Amino acid sequence: MAREPGAVMDRTLGAVTGLVYVFLYAPIVVLVLLSFNRSGQSTTWGGFSLKWYGEMFAAEDLIDGLKNTLIVATVTTVIATALGTMLAIGLARHVRSTALDSMLFLPAVVPDLVLAIGLLSFFTLIGLTLGRTTVIASHVVFDMVFVAAIVRTRLGFFDPSIEEAAQDLGASRWSTFHRVTVPLIAPGIVAGALVAFTLSFDEFIIAFFTAGPTAITFPMRVYSRIRFGLTPVVNAIATVMLLVSFTLLLLALKVNGSATRRAIERAEGE
Amino acid sequence: MTRRREDDPGPRNRAQGALFLGPGLLYWVVLFLAPVGLILVYSFFRRSSIGGVDFTFTLDNYIRATEPLFLRVFWFSLRTALLTTAIALVLGYATAYFIATRTPRWRLPLLVIVVLPFWTNLLIRTYSWIALLNNEGLINKALRSLGLIDEPLPLLNNQFAIVVGLVYAFLPLMVLPLFASIERLGPRLREAGADLGASSVSVFFRVTFPMTLPGVFAGCIFVFVPSLANFIVPDLLGGGLKLMVGNLIQQQFFAARDWPFGAALAMGVILITMVLLVLQALMLRREGRMSSRGA
Repeated sequence: MAREPGAVMDRTLGAVTGLVYVFLYAPIVVLVLLSFNRSGQSTTWGGFSLKWYGEMFAAEDLIDGLKNTLIVATVTTVIATALGTMLAIGLARHVRSTALDSMLFLPAVVPDLVLAIGLLSFFTLIGLTLGRTTVIASHVVFDMVFVAAIVRTRLGFFDPSIEEAAQDLGASRWSTFHRVTVPLIAPGIVAGALVAFTLSFDEFIIAFFTAGPTAITFPMRVYSRIRFGLTPVVNAIATVMLLVSFTLLLLALKVNGSATRRAIERAEGE
Repeated sequence: MTRRREDDPGPRNRAQGALFLGPGLLYWVVLFLAPVGLILVYSFFRRSSIGGVDFTFTLDNYIRATEPLFLRVFWFSLRTALLTTAIALVLGYATAYFIATRTPRWRLPLLVIVVLPFWTNLLIRTYSWIALLNNEGLINKALRSLGLIDEPLPLLNNQFAIVVGLVYAFLPLMVLPLFASIERLGPRLREAGADLGASSVSVFFRVTFPMTLPGVFAGCIFVFVPSLANFIVPDLLGGGLKLMVGNLIQQQFFAARDWPFGAALAMGVILITMVLLVLQALMLRREGRMSSRGA
């Protein structure tokens, strides 16, 4: 008897979830469609055209922004991954403190606008010229925290006694670290680096405040185009980027998914 | 003999810990703590005639922040962020619950579909909403061709549009923590309740929901805080007609060049964030005590 209301609830939840998916993807579908719209306006369909994809390469502001963003995101990712991984190991293996934990993760919770004006004030006060360096320095602040959180989760998956065993068997602390610990947490480090890169690549607010006139990033260029209504080319570039990131993500999912499936099968076999 | 407590890493470990934590901590202090601290400091100073900061103590910024004009903006921002959070909670809970109750092989793909839009530029996706919401937009056109309305519905450049944009931007941040805490419960809990004869709805409100409160709290903070301080969504979808506190702060740092006043406004946002985080910590501690007593 208890099954009836359960099935109704399940169907209702399924319907709501379906609507949520429509809600999440409607703007993406619109943006892809508009990138093929000859009229270039968001309200009238002027027929199918690839002309905005052709004009993509002539949009110097966007290309220049993309270049800046790639440099910023790459350097940020390298620094943030190194600092974040070390933080994660320190927090998981050496100093256990909930207070330290929640304090260190604050940059991920504080609104980016607050961080942005703080960093702008700080750079101005110490006399740093705004540019690529200041954007990178700013992006590392929150990226490092995300890497730390992801690597920490991975560290929680395996038993520290594996490392102790290695040391008992005569491995030095350094060789334990780079031959036992690092390989075990490598998937976490890669995942952290990917998230760090994505976050920096797409970050707008903090860059808006800390980039100055010389290091205008891709999202900043997009913002100014949107404000002036010059969006068909932006839609075309966004569609290409969408395709690239979805492909990469599906690949990652497939690799990760088959690993997960194997793990499930193994667990079910036991 | 004193036994080492399990969570006490011991002195040698602590020295190593300092080696691992040192660089990140130093970075955190210089580029997070100092800048955010500087906001607090600047909020008590005066704006200099050239738009910089004149280092004389004053409370004027805070007094000015309580003028009705600014209080109204704060009130509008709070209402908008609360409405956003409430809608995101209902939609996010349903989605997370549905995904968490599928078979394991479906969970990951369904969850990835929620997070996937995050991998494309938020500005562009937000802008796409204009094409959907405006008077000549797809929604109004569809409703009109169905004969449901004669005049276009005012969907853009108002609070409705801002809430849609904010829910859209932050909904995945609600789903993730909720999913984590619902999935952890496993199916057994609900089955046990159903065996005792309770209907699923009452099992849900008496058993499931209270146990997922940590996820609810985390999700609400992840949505409420960035919604409160957002200035892009009100700028693009609110048409710049409806200001939120984020817009005010941004204006003080660019057009108005009154950094100390902007800093005082930002302190309001920081204060609200801090209160929420303390509440969350208190709740988690109570939760921890309750579950350790139950075990």
